[in-house]
Amino acid sequence: MLWWIWVLIILAVVVLGIIILYNSLIRLKNQVENSWAQIDVQLKRRFDLIPNLIETVKGYAKHEKELLTDITKARTAFMKAESVGDKAKAENMLEGTLKSLFAVSENYPQLKANENFLQLQEELSGTENKIAYARQHYNDMVMEFNTKIQAFPNNVFANMLGFKDKEMFETTEEEKKNVKVKF
Amino acid sequence: MNIHDQVRSNKRKTWFILSFFIILIGMLGYVLGLIYGLPYGGFIIATFFAMFYAVIMYSQGDKLVLATTGAKEATKKEYPHLFHTVEGLALAAGIPKPKCYVIDDTALNAFATGTKPEKASITVTTGLLKKLNRQELEGVVAHEMSHIKNYDIRVMLLTAVLVGITILLSDFILRSFLWGRGGRERNNQMVLILIVVGLVLAILAPLIGELIKLAVSRRREFLADADGALLTRYPEGLASALEKISKDPDPLVDKANKATAHLFISTPFRKKKGIVTGLFATHPPISERIDKLRAM
Repeated sequence: MLWWIWVLIILAVVVLGIIILYNSLIRLKNQVENSWAQIDVQLKRRFDLIPNLIETVKGYAKHEKELLTDITKARTAFMKAESVGDKAKAENMLEGTLKSLFAVSENYPQLKANENFLQLQEELSGTENKIAYARQHYNDMVMEFNTKIQAFPNNVFANMLGFKDKEMFETTEEEKKNVKVKF
Repeated sequence: MNIHDQVRSNKRKTWFILSFFIILIGMLGYVLGLIYGLPYGGFIIATFFAMFYAVIMYSQGDKLVLATTGAKEATKKEYPHLFHTVEGLALAAGIPKPKCYVIDDTALNAFATGTKPEKASITVTTGLLKKLNRQELEGVVAHEMSHIKNYDIRVMLLTAVLVGITILLSDFILRSFLWGRGGRERNNQMVLILIVVGLVLAILAPLIGELIKLAVSRRREFLADADGALLTRYPEGLASALEKISKDPDPLVDKANKATAHLFISTPFRKKKGIVTGLFATHPPISERIDKLRAM
């Protein structure tokens, strides 16, 4: 008589545990997705600023055609990227080319004095910062999520419930090098 | 203690402070009613008045704080740099972007206020914007962002509001008593009231001080420093900002008062030395904060 009561209690505890785990995983997963959306917003913002920038620079820096083509190329690559990894790669390329552009703008005093250019520069560096912060938050959330589903005994159930590791937004080796740009 | 524990502890503290003050205000109302010969009526009226006042002050308190410090809402056009910094750190903290306010003053100071992350604001002085570099400004904003994220702002605002009500009521009791309203029957009862009032006020003053300290405790400032450093991943930014702030000869005396002092990143009053000021200081010594940041 007594044994099946115990079985029922244990079963109820396990089921309750799974429900709590499931709900917390859903919450975390949504947070991860939301923080990804935040990066996307900022990437899109920069994406929209680039044609403006190229237009402004074109008039002053005629010798930098190659660089401008590179930026356009990186922008197109970014547009086509689907997965987190591809996007990260394209995004790093874009960031690199933009950095070089601001570096060479040093050689064009007229460009540097252009009100429009200065505004774009502040806007772009602000967006750059926001991308970095959004990325940091995204990676924090991904780490929290992955740790949760990899830890025992969550990993058993998380697998059963169909939760998979999320991908971090990595920076490339090249980007980790310190870039010296003087403004 | 991680961020979730910190938020939970702050929510618990909110309830604790709230119930403490409801009891205190009820007691004061009772004493007030006793003077007017209507103890239970006084209790009920005072409690209702206090609750009504607290709700209004709590929902409007942040606006009041902003108004008394002379803060003006900053536009993106005028302060793009501040906007970008606040937006970036809100992203890093994963909370909605707080509103930005600016105090036109050469002093170096900043504070955050509001009731929850969705309804919060960050205020900086124009002096701060002028004298700090990008990393330092990020450090300061990150510190304020942590206050918002941890719900420190709610505890701080609520404490300020409730302390205000209590002071108002005690003041009212004292005046009523001194002016002898309803004092036709100065009998034993009045003597009793005198004792009660004396006792309540005697207990009250240090307790309020204790509570303010509880709400703004030094640990809270250290925690916000640490959380802020976690947001920027660069403790040196805030450390060097604090260094500049501590060397600033001109604190924000005229724009801050005792009720708002505990909100600021560094105490807005002139520095005084002594054991008593140290004991009742709302902020830990800046040098100690800098040392802890540099040791991270």
